[in-house]
Amino acid sequence: MKEKLVLIGNGMAGMRTIEELLDIAPEMYDITVFGAEPYGNYNRILLSPVLAGEKTVDDIMLNDEQWYADNSVALYKGKKVSTIDRRNRKVVAEDGTTEVYDRLLLATGSHPFIIPVPGHDLPGVISFRDIHDVDTMLESSKKHKHAVVIGGGLLGLEAANGLMLQGMHVTVVHLGDTLMERQMDAVSGDMLKKSLEKRGLNFLMNASTEAIVGEGCVKGVRFKDGLEIAADLVVMAVGIRPNMELAQSVGLHCERGVVVNDTLQTYDPKIYAVGECVQHRGDTYGLVAPLFEQAKVCANHLAKMGIARYEGSVTSTKLKVTGIDLFSAGDFIGDDTTEEIVMQDAGRGIYKKIVLRDNKIQGAVMYGDTVDGAWYFQLMRNGTDTSDFRTALMLGQAHLGDSGHGGNITAANMSDDMEVCGCNGVCKGDIVKAISAKGLFTLDDVRSYTKASNSCGSCTGLVEQILASTLGGDYSAAPHSKPMCKCTDHSHDDVRQAIKERHLVSIRGVMDAMKWKTIDGCASCRPALNYYVIASWPAEAKDDAQSRFINERAHANIQKDGTYSVVPRMWGGLTTPKELRAIADVVDKFDVPEMKVTGGQRIDLLGIKKEDLPAVWSDLNAAGMVSGHAYGKSLRTVKTCVGKTWCRFGTQDSTSVGVKLEKLSWGSWMPHKFKMAVSGCPRNCAEATIKDFGVVCVDSGYELHVGGNGGITVRVTDLLCKVKTEAEVYEYSKAFMQLYREEAHYLERTAPWIERVGLSHIKQYVEEDAENRKVLAARFDESQKYAQIDPWAERASKGVAKHEFTSLKQIG
Amino acid sequence: MADWIEVGSIGDIPVLGARVVSTAEGDIGVFRTVDDEIFALRDECPHQNGPLSQGIVHGKRVTCPLHNWNIELDSGEAVAPDEGCTASYPVKIEDGKIFLSLVATS
Repeated sequence: MKEKLVLIGNGMAGMRTIEELLDIAPEMYDITVFGAEPYGNYNRILLSPVLAGEKTVDDIMLNDEQWYADNSVALYKGKKVSTIDRRNRKVVAEDGTTEVYDRLLLATGSHPFIIPVPGHDLPGVISFRDIHDVDTMLESSKKHKHAVVIGGGLLGLEAANGLMLQGMHVTVVHLGDTLMERQMDAVSGDMLKKSLEKRGLNFLMNASTEAIVGEGCVKGVRFKDGLEIAADLVVMAVGIRPNMELAQSVGLHCERGVVVNDTLQTYDPKIYAVGECVQHRGDTYGLVAPLFEQAKVCANHLAKMGIARYEGSVTSTKLKVTGIDLFSAGDFIGDDTTEEIVMQDAGRGIYKKIVLRDNKIQGAVMYGDTVDGAWYFQLMRNGTDTSDFRTALMLGQAHLGDSGHGGNITAANMSDDMEVCGCNGVCKGDIVKAISAKGLFTLDDVRSYTKASNSCGSCTGLVEQILASTLGGDYSAAPHSKPMCKCTDHSHDDVRQAIKERHLVSIRGVMDAMKWKTIDGCASCRPALNYYVIASWPAEAKDDAQSRFINERAHANIQKDGTYSVVPRMWGGLTTPKELRAIADVVDKFDVPEMKVTGGQRIDLLGIKKEDLPAVWSDLNAAGMVSGHAYGKSLRTVKTCVGKTWCRFGTQDSTSVGVKLEKLSWGSWMPHKFKMAVSGCPRNCAEATIKDFGVVCVDSGYELHVGGNGGITVRVTDLLCKVKTEAEVYEYSKAFMQLYREEAHYLERTAPWIERVGLSHIKQYVEEDAENRKVLAARFDESQKYAQIDPWAERASKGVAKHEFTSLKQIG
Repeated sequence: MADWIEVGSIGDIPVLGARVVSTAEGDIGVFRTVDDEIFALRDECPHQNGPLSQGIVHGKRVTCPLHNWNIELDSGEAVAPDEGCTASYPVKIEDGKIFLSLVATS
């Protein structure tokens, strides 16, 4: 018989937990849900757009009644639980309905705080919390003229904006002198106030409410200084309090909320709690992102997997008022120990402030231009040392460069028909529609439903911005330590560390040791694990062909029609008549439909049938050519210029340096593709400063550049250092490649890796510590012993992986 | 009545791999899961006809090599939110031999 799980509170946190649970352990429990409201589960954070008339109640339903039926979840809607009999594990509702439980989940949420001034209980005084409140406001806006919103915080301003759009004359009353003082500093708060005033809102700052006046219904609001203003509707939006009365009444330990540990368990081990009713490590949360993080962890424990921990959340905020862009996160006020960088452009209505301590971002507040909010937030949560790029911090990440928006168009100002994702042709309107219609909260959700940012990823920042501006502060930013994929809760770093420390030499070994949730992983984690074990244990780990993407299994690039392309290696871009003749002969012999010179100084043969590959390679091998690894997450090319042998400006023999670099590094598997170049003088004809590792020869030696990228987001290299001798070029290059191989996440190019760990980190290991540089280079050499075997020759003449290139059977 | 054609033995297909059976009507991918279940699908992704036999097999699914759609091996259905279906063919195993019927089940 299945165990019984009862959920009290049919809101977003509780239901998200149930959904997460059904995802990982669909058959474990009989589930019953008690909800006080007479609806299914709706998206509370989208109440503001409903009030503003931009959405309907149906638009914001997350789980309608059909969902409960489809998932065999019993729903008691409109039934308020009156008590819990913990001894007999029973939940009793006000109408007498009783349910027994094996596990109980409390998600009772919060209730709005009502200031207990005289008149607070008059009809027409409401809060802004649920559909009923929205209905009351909409009703009132049809009949009445004057509305007063008490509280100039996030919720109050959204309510005020909505009421104004419904045609009411709205005054916002605020106790302090800065709007949204929990999210804004004085400057940005003032900019916000001015902009809202322009739209027609009225403000009374530093105003302390003394009484709400009226007989039988609201007539006005009176303040301590004697001022009285007319009001037909008063909305109290001065904060929320965790709803813990039920928990308290049955003796569960509560402080400011229901106290839970890192597994979301209350002091009664049978009872869990999530959401706004919870107090965790002294904090309570009112935004949705932390609640969802809690839901995930709680579901993990309800499913008895017992491995996840909730360690608290760092939150960021945006205001859901259409057309106003503001963002804040962390400590944006600062103190004696912090420094701040401020940019203010009153003409363009832009203000940005970043608070730093020891070069690490503590908080940020932005108004008018919030493009880089997600980036600052990420840097803040990762605790990234920004000293390497502090000068550029204010300029932003230029995240949007290649998606054609030039970085100066903010998501809020984009029209619905503007294209966001150039790879998959997804417009802003498609994304906004999917977010509301499908109830999406995360970047991953948006990717899988709309395909936006699902291919090259260059529009990720823009998609996150649209997500944030559609959902407000409540969207789930990528968690601090992101799981590798849905098969595990462990991050790339956790997994790499375990492989090293626990001597895991196979994919199976990693999956068993780290309790993988799926039987054999997925197309995302298996290639990563295969790389990690090979990179960590080159002598012991066995390559798993079935965990490689087809290109690395077939040693050629799959094309859209299922044929393959073949690129033989041309060392440093040099070739000979013999090689060219052999290539030409292959093209004739196998009817290769197209030849193309690549950007990496070699020749691509396109449209080769898979079954012809071994024979093609055999002919190329015979002329002395080997695989160019143009298909692999591996060393690709070393581009060179002609250097001082021919060029009148050349300072060193760049071509021969390039050939030697390629000879020492070919065959090495990497986290992602890896490109090098060597230029013979600072004119840099080999474009070395947009490569993963670039050498620029100068008269006195060699400049070594790292972390460049000419693709999705163009990034110029950082100068690692300058060396005097050729031997040093090779040692430094090996050490750099090895550090990248050992530390980067799978599918992370050197550019984002360096931005993540910082150039100082690379310098420390590769440049400053000579001993460590030698150790890294030695490990690279050791690994190359097992890697430098031409995969084409093995398959062309030694019969390796024959099954890959022949059909199982021909019928007819 | 299905017409069973022997196409090879289980050992001919790598675990978590696939092989192709070519027919006059086009290729059929024959897949092997981690616990030696065998499935057969038309070797065309419902999205843009990518050769599914070249994808990565995991659980009872294969990921298309072209744009990473996931396809259910038993039904040929694309995993939500993607939508589409490729034909699946009946397979039976006798004494380690794989028999395939060319009459699609869907």
